[in-house]
Amino acid sequence: MIGVAEWKERVESEKCYDLVSEMLERIERSRLNAYITVIENEALRKAEEYDKGELKGKLAGIPVAIKDNITTKGIRTTCASRILHDYVPPFDAHVVERLKAEGAIIIGKTNMDEFAMGTTTETSFFGVVRNPYDEDRVAGGSSGGSGAVVAGEEAVMSLGSDTGGSIRCPASFCGVYGLKPTYGLVSRYGLIPYANSLEQIGPMASSVEDLALLLEVIAGKDARDSTNAGRSFEFKGQTEKKFKIGVVKEMGGNDEVMGRFSEVLEMLNGLTDGEVVEVSMPSFRYALAAYYVIAMSEASSNLARYDGVRYGLASELDSWSRYFSKVRAEGFGEEVKRRIMLGSYALSAGYYGKYYLKALKVRTLVRRDFQKAFSQVDVLISPTMPSLPFRIGELADPLTMYKADVNTVAINLAGIPALSMPAGFVKGLPVGLQIMGDYFSENTILNFALMLEKRFSETGLIED
Amino acid sequence: MITRDDVLHIANLAKIQLSDEEVEKFKDEFQSILDYFDILDEVEEEIEPTFTVIQLRNVFREDAPGECLSREEAMMNAKHVENGYFKGPKVVE
Repeated sequence: MIGVAEWKERVESEKCYDLVSEMLERIERSRLNAYITVIENEALRKAEEYDKGELKGKLAGIPVAIKDNITTKGIRTTCASRILHDYVPPFDAHVVERLKAEGAIIIGKTNMDEFAMGTTTETSFFGVVRNPYDEDRVAGGSSGGSGAVVAGEEAVMSLGSDTGGSIRCPASFCGVYGLKPTYGLVSRYGLIPYANSLEQIGPMASSVEDLALLLEVIAGKDARDSTNAGRSFEFKGQTEKKFKIGVVKEMGGNDEVMGRFSEVLEMLNGLTDGEVVEVSMPSFRYALAAYYVIAMSEASSNLARYDGVRYGLASELDSWSRYFSKVRAEGFGEEVKRRIMLGSYALSAGYYGKYYLKALKVRTLVRRDFQKAFSQVDVLISPTMPSLPFRIGELADPLTMYKADVNTVAINLAGIPALSMPAGFVKGLPVGLQIMGDYFSENTILNFALMLEKRFSETGLIED
Repeated sequence: MITRDDVLHIANLAKIQLSDEEVEKFKDEFQSILDYFDILDEVEEEIEPTFTVIQLRNVFREDAPGECLSREEAMMNAKHVENGYFKGPKVVE
């Protein structure tokens, strides 16, 4: 992987134009299928600007990839769906404005699960993203492309979005770093909505330092997102800090993952600057069901906008009911249809109280459990994913796929921040460690990750 | 039990046309997913629901005109356009 520091060092002695060309060639040859759209000419033009000293800012000359559900002015934004396969937005998302203002080179739009609905990027209209460590396995989802490009050196950093683990899962499966910020820290203006009350845009990168840098750029006030918290983010190192660490009893994994996780725990128990305790979260029994009820309900409402009239796939005009039903049948893939329909069902007369309202009550319980935990500890940890990266086609049954999100969804229900960092390999495949913190405690979880990153490299614990 | 008619009813609510094979497939899948959701029946009724996780109050701004998309920009992705308007399907048959 190429981090920001290495990239900056290389552009000192080589031309940014040549480095970006080299990266574009690597993308061209790549078998990962991580990009839906590569922005070749504009990326080279920006690189040239950098070489002339005309590109300034915190990310000047750094190639950044953007998930294809984040709106980019004049650049096709598909959500990996047939229904938006030719949609060209007339405006930029807030985060894209921020990247441009800081001189980033936007190199392409990354592949993902259709409308971010999936855990493997297999639901993409543009085909599955392959895992950089084993091409027969998935890169995770839904931000699979954004994870794979960092691991495959097809970008220096990337943006993903996380509704129930969509940044952390591909970070775990691709052996990179990914952070889901506190709900409201990053503006969702221009993020094509799937489940508004759960999702956040977040950074993916090859180190804690780069993750923090990209978060600094994208976080901040934006009046166009009514749920924006109006806060900015500045990374502050806390080198002397002692961490009180909670291990969540209810978040686990299979033997391969737990074997690795126990080694990490053993190392943490040996630390003089930390203390490890077990924490129980009884509400997690209901978290997965509550998450899917809320996500599907919000999806059914959000995706009502795709009617073949103002944008997206169209057809021969007919009566409205037949026209909408036909365009949507042709434009949406199977998983999207499944979630819209189940959401419509959960919100329909007679079922609202049984499903949706109950799910919102679980949200209260999950919040309470986290609040109680964070009154006792600084960070909570767990394996990010309960298993190693799946083989392509392994999760054929939808419910089995949903259950793979068991360790990540509770974070979105509560709206707290969490990151996934590489914690070594099992059978040559990456394992991710999930670190959770209290609301707006991004500095705490990043500092804890920074401490672990150092320990891992000192002890050689994460080598393949 | 989820029946074929239930699936067709839901598909009509969601305005998605389904093939016969899709109806069969979704019927079985919906049953197993909804069975899993039944775990929510255990949750006590008295608990307050959480609609939003960060406690935001209404934020007001000046009601001042600002930049917006031009008509051309707003229409650039539409396939059916007439006299500068979006053209939709017939509402009355």
